[in-house]
Amino acid sequence: MEMLRTTTRARRLSDALLAGCGLVVLGLALLALASLLVDVVLDGAGRVSWQFLTSMPSRRAATAGLLPALVGSVYLILLTVLIALPIGVGAAIYLEEYATQGPVARFIELNISNLAAVPSIIYGLLGLGLFVRVFAMGQSLLAGACTLSLLLLPIVILSTREALRAVPGSLREGSYALGATRWQTIWHQVLPVATPGILTGVILAISRAIGETAPLITMGALTYVPFVPNSIWSPFTVLPIQIFNWVSRPQAEFLTNAAGGILVLLVLLLSLNAAAIVLRDRYRNQRT
Amino acid sequence: MSISVHAATAGTWAAVTVAGLGAVACGAPQTIEIDGSSTVYPITEAVAEEFRNEQPETLVTVGISGTGGGFQRFCRGETDISDASRPIRQPEIDACASRQIEFIELPVAYDGLTVVVNPKNTWATSMTVAELKMLWEPEAEGKVTRWSQIREGWPDREVHLFGAGVDSGTFDYFTEAVVGTEDASRGDFTSSEDDNVLVQGVGGDELALGFFGYAYYAENKTRLKAVAIAEGADTSAAVLPSPETVRDGTYTPLSRPVFIYVRQASLERPEVAQFVEFYLEQGPKLIPEVGYVPLNDTLQALVGRRLEARTTGSAFAAHGGSSRVSLEEIYADQ
Repeated sequence: MEMLRTTTRARRLSDALLAGCGLVVLGLALLALASLLVDVVLDGAGRVSWQFLTSMPSRRAATAGLLPALVGSVYLILLTVLIALPIGVGAAIYLEEYATQGPVARFIELNISNLAAVPSIIYGLLGLGLFVRVFAMGQSLLAGACTLSLLLLPIVILSTREALRAVPGSLREGSYALGATRWQTIWHQVLPVATPGILTGVILAISRAIGETAPLITMGALTYVPFVPNSIWSPFTVLPIQIFNWVSRPQAEFLTNAAGGILVLLVLLLSLNAAAIVLRDRYRNQRT
Repeated sequence: MSISVHAATAGTWAAVTVAGLGAVACGAPQTIEIDGSSTVYPITEAVAEEFRNEQPETLVTVGISGTGGGFQRFCRGETDISDASRPIRQPEIDACASRQIEFIELPVAYDGLTVVVNPKNTWATSMTVAELKMLWEPEAEGKVTRWSQIREGWPDREVHLFGAGVDSGTFDYFTEAVVGTEDASRGDFTSSEDDNVLVQGVGGDELALGFFGYAYYAENKTRLKAVAIAEGADTSAAVLPSPETVRDGTYTPLSRPVFIYVRQASLERPEVAQFVEFYLEQGPKLIPEVGYVPLNDTLQALVGRRLEARTTGSAFAAHGGSSRVSLEEIYADQ
């Protein structure tokens, strides 16, 4: 009896200890994030102005702006999602709903998981070779979006598969029982239920894509673009490249510009994600 | 429920189709495409920015693929102008030749590589190239680790080295000028592609020694101390880097020229010809603004004549490919 009490106490203690550790670790992570944010806001908040958002790049830090980079980033992300989403969701539907389990399916799955771990600069080289040169897209927005799409496909496919797997089997069976075909079942029953999960994957994908610099520099995205892209064939630059360029300049004023650029990038990321979250919640509410 | 999914999917595909059609309809206006060295980028950016006031309808774009990456694109005919922080190399010349791409080599400015120490370092005010070589050559790795080993009388304390990234033109040039062989260097030093990181490193470490472009020293004079460099053994003849000593050629061997390479076929387009003329004409005014040193007047005239005569090929290749030759000499006999 006495022994039982001690073990119970010991267990409670270790439980509390683990919870405490978790809290400390979480606190550390949040502290690091918060200090980074505070630092960037202190450095850059004063620089962000209408002039900063609507001006072209310049050798003078005070008159330089990031309009082409801001618009380039928005266009690039939208275009990338438009390309990666249908392909990624389609691939996931095939793998999850149609493919029979066998060595081929396992081989494909293994490769998708591996692709998610490939360094992004490799995708840049692939984009340069395939889209820029073989498909002759040039250093265009479209080529950039295709390159980033490759980068995002594994994320979209994996999260879509998770979402499809979470759809209860009874839903499919009910649909079949009413005489629906497989495609009707997927289109009318499974996909709508899985949409919030898919959109979560899109949020993750956007967050990844918006901060990418290396693959875009490798595929030949430019740095000085004194105009707003006007078509998908237009040359372009993006916020991370502009920030990278400012950070590496010798004049201290450009570092302030870089901090301002980081703030703009953060706000852009948060608003794109917020849009995806609103969309997700709308689907969720419709279902209930 | 299903209707909204249909609508969303249809919307997606409609958007893709519209985007595709829109793209086909748009033609390209007059553009000048430039890529290459990130060292030369600030100069080209400044010129492009000014050129826009002159000719707003011409769109100039500049990339930073690096000198090597820039030449790769240039020799495939993808760009009109290539920025370079070193002369073109033989394999690159061959690549251009195999695609019948003729180019005109134009030096545009000097960059004075600056050897810096911490302001608290009272002993190292000047160094000879031989001392730098002893410190940076591959054999020094793990052996030359104390200031006292470089020169007698200097403190018996550790030396902490900071240098440009090994893929940069700065590193190429420093090793060639100091050690004698390009890219030959000890490996045990802190290297960064971002010169601001090196500035921070040397600025915060009393025992540090580093090197980078003059612009980074000029912007951080309160945090850094430049070391005067003597080409021979006589340290009393050591010269500090400054716009004047770089320009008049007394700061040797660490001042290096930077270039633009212009595709000859592109020069037949009037907007490209105007841009390059504008570059040479406005360069001397804009170059100091971004931290580089303009060419001297003799050289400017020689380079102007080279453009006017559309003299193709690399003058460096004709002189053995070394980047450490007097520019006046090799361009004078063109």
